[in-house]
Amino acid sequence: MQKAVLSRKLSLLFLTPALVFVALFLVYPFFSIFQMSFTNRALVGANALNPQNVGLQNYMDLFDTQDWMRRGEMGHSLWLTAQFVIGSALIGQAGLGLGIAVAFHNRKGLLRELVFTLAIAAWIMPDVVVAFAWFAYLDPDGTLNQMLQAVGLRPQDWLFDYPLLSIILFNTWRGTAFSMLLFSSALASIPPSYVETADVIGARPWQKFRDILLPLLRGYIATDLILITLWTFNTFTPFLLTGGGPSYRSNIIAIYTYEVGLRFFQFGKASAIAVIVMLINLVLASIYLFISRSRQRQIA
Amino acid sequence: MRTLLQRIVITVFVVAVATFFITPLLWFIFAPFNPQVSLAVTIPQSPSLANFAEVLGNSLAMRGLLQNSVIIGVGAMVGTSLVAALAAYGLSRGSIPGRSLLIYVLILFSSVVTGTASMVPIFKLIFDLGLINTHTGVILVMIGGLLPSAIFIMQDFVDSVPRSYEEAAMVAGASPLQIFRDVTFPSMRPGVMVVGIWALVNAWGAFLIPFILLRSPELLPASVTFYTFYDPESGMPQIRMVAAYAVLYTLPVILLYLLINWRYGFRFFGGIKQ
Repeated sequence: MQKAVLSRKLSLLFLTPALVFVALFLVYPFFSIFQMSFTNRALVGANALNPQNVGLQNYMDLFDTQDWMRRGEMGHSLWLTAQFVIGSALIGQAGLGLGIAVAFHNRKGLLRELVFTLAIAAWIMPDVVVAFAWFAYLDPDGTLNQMLQAVGLRPQDWLFDYPLLSIILFNTWRGTAFSMLLFSSALASIPPSYVETADVIGARPWQKFRDILLPLLRGYIATDLILITLWTFNTFTPFLLTGGGPSYRSNIIAIYTYEVGLRFFQFGKASAIAVIVMLINLVLASIYLFISRSRQRQIA
Repeated sequence: MRTLLQRIVITVFVVAVATFFITPLLWFIFAPFNPQVSLAVTIPQSPSLANFAEVLGNSLAMRGLLQNSVIIGVGAMVGTSLVAALAAYGLSRGSIPGRSLLIYVLILFSSVVTGTASMVPIFKLIFDLGLINTHTGVILVMIGGLLPSAIFIMQDFVDSVPRSYEEAAMVAGASPLQIFRDVTFPSMRPGVMVVGIWALVNAWGAFLIPFILLRSPELLPASVTFYTFYDPESGMPQIRMVAAYAVLYTLPVILLYLLINWRYGFRFFGGIKQ
């Protein structure tokens, strides 16, 4: 243990600005929504000045078994979100990312550079720009329909008839780069001799993938799945493409929370939704930190 | 050795993937230079810079890009890197127990208090502080969200600065703040730069926070101004504006990405993107 340059008091002084920010913008919001979720607080009107304590009313409204699977209600929104996460994060981003990483494993060349550059470009461009790119792409006159017609298939009104599929494809395109980069750097750390040995004894490609690469990647896959689930669960970007519609058919939970809390300013009800969302986040983030800390301990 | 079948399967897969990634961007290659632009991809009959001229003539668009986005981006960049540098220094050189646990808890909080769920209480907080519809409010909220990851990146850089310089300065009678300002801070410049650029790129692209906290059109950054040009509720998108504006707005992000990729490799930029 090296001797400390700063006394404990001084080092706390250096930490103070950061602690103020964290307390104000991360810790306080986290705890204040619990309290707000038991009130009927609104932005304007009588309930803004004198919010009433309504107990569990907000939660009972959200989980009202009669209504909650109706379009535009929370159960329906959670169901859409589950399909969105499974489709775009778990199957789309992780599956495609793994596929690209394996296809280009131990290979160089122009095609690899092209695919990596395009995937990374899709990932780093600003939200509003990629959302509009897809808005144009999926338009009845857009590029996708032009291509379909060129090969003799029927054009579709994608955003109107298949809004959920549209945002799933969009989010897959948007976020695959992360999984792709994570898996390809993981694969690069596997000693080539493992695969060469398998080649010598005549293993098939699928066997090599299943028996050598997959077990070595298991830790990375767990990390990747948790992180992209967390991000996809919270992403608001599909709002820029569909606005949650038409008629709530792409109303994922982030858009639902926005509608209730920040468009109609029903803070009490929105806080109850936010509590549920943050509790789900807390579970996902805890699993992630648990996995990554136990892996660090293994290495150490 | 790969068999012919394997080669075919891999080639088909790779071509399909490349098509999937490139086709949504095709529109942006031609549209900015096409004065008769529609949502279909067409090669311009008479390519011109007329769309760019229209953006330059739109005062809201230009103010968003050159003023509001710059204020918010620079504010978040300076604030995040300075506060994170101070904190990382305090954590690295002090004797605070459980430092790695502290950083883990901070990162845990920042990944839980995120997205629209966090904007409900944050909107109310900013409203109560009287900072609604101000750039200050937007910048403060951004710094709060970026800090935990910023401290996490920064601490590696601080740890790699040798302590002997500081000990020499201490023997020479410098105060802790002088040591930080004149000795440690200059030698951790690469870390400050990485965190600063990372914060700038995040703030430049951010949509949700300014969309919710700002109301006046003349205060909106480019991200939100861009959205108002095609907002589905406002009717017809102003396609000519959108096409050219997208190029001007995206260019800085691409350039910064290339810079950071060239100087430091991709890891720093990518690993902890939100």
